[in-house]
Amino acid sequence: MKKPLRFIQRIASLPVLAYLTKRLGYYVVLLAVAVFVSYVLSSLALSPRGYFEGRQPPPPADSVEAQLTALGINDHTPVLDRFGAWFSHAVRGDLGRTIDSGSVGEEFGRRIGVSLRLLLAGTVLGTAAGILAGAWGALRQYRFSDRAVTFFAFLLLSTPTFLLAVLLKVGAMKVNQSAGTEIISFTGEKTPGLTGSAGTLLGDRAVHLLLPTLSIALGTAAAYSRYQRGTMLDVLGSDFLRTARAKGLTHRRAVLTHGLRTALVPMSTFFAYGFLALFTGAAFTEKIFGWHGMGSWFIDSIGKSDVNSVVAVNVFAAVMVLLSGFLADVLHAALDPRVRTS
Amino acid sequence: MSAPVTDAPRTTAPPVLDIRDLRVDFDGPDGPVPAVRGVDLALRRGEVLGLVGESGSGKSTVALAAMGLLPRTARVQGSVRAAGEELLGADERALARIRGRGIAMVFQDPLSALTPVHRVGDQIAEAVRVHQDVSRAHARRRAVELLDLVGIPEPGRRADAYPHEFSGGMRQRAVIAMAIANAPDVLLADEPTTALDVTVQAQVLDVLRTAQRETGAALLLVSHDLGVIAGMADRVAVMYAGRVVESAPATELFAAPRMPYTVGLLGAVPRPDTADRPLTPIPGAPPELRLLPPGCAFAPRCPLADDGCAVAEPALTGTGDHLAACLRPPAADPATLFPVPDHTPAREAVPREELPSVLRVRGLARTFPVRKGGVFRRRVGSVYAVDGVDLDIRRGETLGLVGESGSGKSTTLMEILRLAAPEAGTVDLLGRSTSELTKRQAHALRGSVQIVFQDPMASLDPRMPIGDIVAEPLRAQGASRAAAARRTPELLRLVGLEAAHAGRFPHEFSGGQRQRVGIARALAVRPELLVLDEPVSALDVSVQAGVLNLLRRLKDELGLAYLFVSHDLAVVRHIADRVSVMYLGRTVETGPVEEVFARPRHPYTRALLSAVPVPDPARERNRERILLAGDPPSPVLREPGCRFRGRCPVYAGLAAAERARCAEERPEQRAFGPDRTAACHFAERVSAPTPTAATP
Amino acid sequence: MTTTATPPAAGPEHTPEPDDAPERAAPPGRARVALRRFAGNANAVVGATVLLLLFLLAAAGPYLTPWNHTDIDYTALREAPSADHWWGTTRIGQDVFAQVLHGLRKSLLIGLLVALFATVLASVVGACAGYFGGWTDRVLTFFIDLLLVFPTFLIIAIVSPRLRDTGWLALVGLLAVFGWMITARVVRSMARSLKERDFVRAAELMGVHPLRIVFRHILPNVSSFLIVDATIAVGAGVMSETSLSYFGFGVRPPDVSLGTLIADGSDAALTYPWMFFFAAGLLVLFVLAVNFLGDGLRDALDPTSGRAPGRKRRRARRKGKRA
Repeated sequence: MKKPLRFIQRIASLPVLAYLTKRLGYYVVLLAVAVFVSYVLSSLALSPRGYFEGRQPPPPADSVEAQLTALGINDHTPVLDRFGAWFSHAVRGDLGRTIDSGSVGEEFGRRIGVSLRLLLAGTVLGTAAGILAGAWGALRQYRFSDRAVTFFAFLLLSTPTFLLAVLLKVGAMKVNQSAGTEIISFTGEKTPGLTGSAGTLLGDRAVHLLLPTLSIALGTAAAYSRYQRGTMLDVLGSDFLRTARAKGLTHRRAVLTHGLRTALVPMSTFFAYGFLALFTGAAFTEKIFGWHGMGSWFIDSIGKSDVNSVVAVNVFAAVMVLLSGFLADVLHAALDPRVRTS
Repeated sequence: MSAPVTDAPRTTAPPVLDIRDLRVDFDGPDGPVPAVRGVDLALRRGEVLGLVGESGSGKSTVALAAMGLLPRTARVQGSVRAAGEELLGADERALARIRGRGIAMVFQDPLSALTPVHRVGDQIAEAVRVHQDVSRAHARRRAVELLDLVGIPEPGRRADAYPHEFSGGMRQRAVIAMAIANAPDVLLADEPTTALDVTVQAQVLDVLRTAQRETGAALLLVSHDLGVIAGMADRVAVMYAGRVVESAPATELFAAPRMPYTVGLLGAVPRPDTADRPLTPIPGAPPELRLLPPGCAFAPRCPLADDGCAVAEPALTGTGDHLAACLRPPAADPATLFPVPDHTPAREAVPREELPSVLRVRGLARTFPVRKGGVFRRRVGSVYAVDGVDLDIRRGETLGLVGESGSGKSTTLMEILRLAAPEAGTVDLLGRSTSELTKRQAHALRGSVQIVFQDPMASLDPRMPIGDIVAEPLRAQGASRAAAARRTPELLRLVGLEAAHAGRFPHEFSGGQRQRVGIARALAVRPELLVLDEPVSALDVSVQAGVLNLLRRLKDELGLAYLFVSHDLAVVRHIADRVSVMYLGRTVETGPVEEVFARPRHPYTRALLSAVPVPDPARERNRERILLAGDPPSPVLREPGCRFRGRCPVYAGLAAAERARCAEERPEQRAFGPDRTAACHFAERVSAPTPTAATP
Repeated sequence: MTTTATPPAAGPEHTPEPDDAPERAAPPGRARVALRRFAGNANAVVGATVLLLLFLLAAAGPYLTPWNHTDIDYTALREAPSADHWWGTTRIGQDVFAQVLHGLRKSLLIGLLVALFATVLASVVGACAGYFGGWTDRVLTFFIDLLLVFPTFLIIAIVSPRLRDTGWLALVGLLAVFGWMITARVVRSMARSLKERDFVRAAELMGVHPLRIVFRHILPNVSSFLIVDATIAVGAGVMSETSLSYFGFGVRPPDVSLGTLIADGSDAALTYPWMFFFAAGLLVLFVLAVNFLGDGLRDALDPTSGRAPGRKRRRARRKGKRA
């Protein structure tokens, strides 16, 4: 504890790197196991053969066989062999082909862009609003405004994402109906075939983004407001806030300069799990608002028994979880000096 | 370092802090609960007022109310004037202007008083900038100056550190620096050293004295520790049940208390300078403030109370400076006021060598890996928590094991109680080496050695009724449910509880009662050695005396041996036959308690003893004090030679060649008479303490 | 002291001790204190009442209406609420009231069972990992991490079609298996800190068997967290079930749950609102009540939740510090 700072800094660099490497190693192991299990699970649970055989008109048996083998998802090949073949390609960046013979990698790139556009605004808005609402509620604990914020947060938390999305859609339909024209568009990313200036196109996209963003932001904000309120209440009763006031800071200023910053520290852990919940939540949002992102790809792929695509999304989700866990660690260290040096 | 022996001159100057008829109530589930019930206090410039009381007496609430920092559930009435301004009812903005500048505060727990995410220097600079219109750079320079003033080494560099990089003592210095940043007229210190080790306490009190002198501020020192008050305060106010019951100049209060409660308090506190006096606990418990009966709040516990005391609450009256709220001030000697427990120490005449050995520890060592990282933890070094401990306990004997935090006391206990082969050295329990025990033998031996923990709340499972708690060791030793149930009432009675209480849960008991439950549990399997880990340090003085007396009685009745671990040397002096002093994992001195206290051989023991405050202003202020520099070094670094030399006053006076010996050669235990050892190369140069000598 | 904790007069040195005055000697038992705190929380009481009513409604459903959820009334297609069909009918003439109540019953049952299984699993795994430490901990933690890495919902979506024949019980199993990890992590960290507590150490030093320590000392002391968590898990279970069912991965026709009903009715939300809003409303109401109840229980059971006044003032004074 009393070791000179410079000394700490000097020894910090190497062990920290070593630590990060080990942590990364653990993640790789976790990821490998997760990938293996998802591959085996999807291969066993999904029936691409059935998908082909169910086509109208039914294709000849050896054609189905050939298709399945070409895609590497023939259930007559032992599942471990299939996994081996898939894996040897996957480590080289080739995630195989979709059931409609497209490239999984290309589809992946397209879908990620859509998901990102969908999630970014909602997440950022929701997080900021949630933190503000939570902190505000804590400051006004048990007053009417706090109770109102709490009630709405609970109401939103009690509404499953799909229901929230459906309700928003129903509301928009009502608005459009009573206006007699489509004011709020909620299907897809943009109006198909719309032409015009860049401004028009951008505006069109923004209108399409409105409802999905709301459905993501509202849920996120509700969750974060609860967490933030809790950590903020802990901080409000803390000794150091009293010290800050004892030296002449007003309550408001003490809370702003000493409280808020400290209350954010435990939040960094929630950000990671929030991201995970968001990803699955976004699957509903995408599906309901007709966006072709990762989530709806996944649901569609299950419907089509598209093993390779399903596995790809699973891998993506696992990587996201690990990545966000890692980011949470980094964020925690950035916010809390105690973590940095211990 | 000395404080004025004479009481501060009572000038006619207006007080800098004037508290009148202060009343504080807290909202409770069953209506308001009073915490402070009409307190008047006046502080004059340069004066130190000690506010004493046990937990729950309302003393801290007074200090917080004066700052306007009570939680929102508190309702405050009366008047608090500082610098001519009324603080009660003032708005937050006006209060903020006065806080830190007119009246500043040092808090009890330095670990949580600083914001963990801001640098220490920035937090002090902030205090400067709140009240003074100066540049950032200027405030920062001032912060460094202040850190220097409170004795932080290398203040320029330390200002950039975060609070968690400071030790407890340094944090408390930083808080003091913050409090004096704007030269306040009034400094409130709420138990400023309670959480600190005794040598660090001595340093911090010294800093507080310096700070008060530098700023000329009036100091309100809130403390439960009569020794600290005796050394610091000019005047003392004693609080009981939310009121001041006695107030007098310090010397007078300690010499001739007028309120029976004060008399009781002074009789219950063990003193480090003498063990002859028996401790007299105050019977009963403080009243529940919500259900206060009319009349004197102390009457139900007071041996002098009569019907007149139950009529109305006595006013605080008296002649001159000495006021007391008592209708029947005692005239007699305090020792005769409260019943002295009839305890005849049945010290056996058998020579020590002939008593059978209960515990014998030689060269015990224990290291802990220092690990870092979350998932894959890696070892980055070792903490040498215990690194050469010797202990010797014979039947019927109490060994006091003393040392400050980090000295390895608790680790030593756990190593002994593990009943397994230690990392190094030997542990012989009842003549059997723990390294040779089979699992079954070890389990059987567990019945012979039991432990009582420090915090009675933490050591009793809150979800179990105390009957089950007391029976648990019996059941673990294989007793039947019926046999355990038969023994439980017996055990509860043995420690002064009612057998009918067996169905209650720990939270339904007071702290002293809980500790009695802990003792009953330990005695359930009829052990021969009782390990007591700070058994009274979480208790208030008047209760502590009761538990200590119980332990003495049980030892004599049951022929137990105690390993009594404590940081409180006064308690050790009172209860132990022999004492063993630890510093950074090593035994540095052992011997009979009277001899070690009278003539310590190791410089650390000497400094430790001198740091313990004596609840007697006359002695406390004229005592020679040895202030140790700094904090103990990190136990992660295992250097050759003596671990104490960095702080050692003897080492500081040695010639270069002699110093080399301290640096290179690990001092071994050397005998100084029978059963008396010290591990210092230059033990002969440790001077005897001179309790009445003038201050250097 | 006039309370039941009044100490007996037991000899001269029997000296019970003062604690912090306002909270000292709180003789009403823990349960009564909790009950009082709970009763003082309006949200919690409302939540509990609503829940009780919903359970009663679900249980009494079949006796309230002559219609069964599969009955088809060909004389009333897409009919608005009436005396005959209280909540109207669907496009093929099924009684919405009977359907919603049946769905509610299914959803409640699934939610309760999921919460029960998940909590038991989480508490045992978490307590063992936290208390035993070492390799037990490492293996269990890896397992927890692994399950966390899987996108729960997605796995269930893949697996559940395979389990079509085993019906909704398989769904319960799946939801429970993928729903306990975060709770287990919390229990694990609580067990780790309980392990350092003196009363656990005392039990160890007495030679109490480790498994007995887990069940006698560790689990009872995390029970208030578990109760709260299980309550909220009921709501989460229902939300997961309805979400899956909405997309056709959960409960399947001819069985109905609130999720399938919402899915069927959502297209008609504007034209035939009764087909959608009754199911949706009951779902939100139920989860909301569960969350309010959980929040109230947290306040009532968790002594650190800070609702009691003056609590912050009471910092246990630690005069001695551990070496």
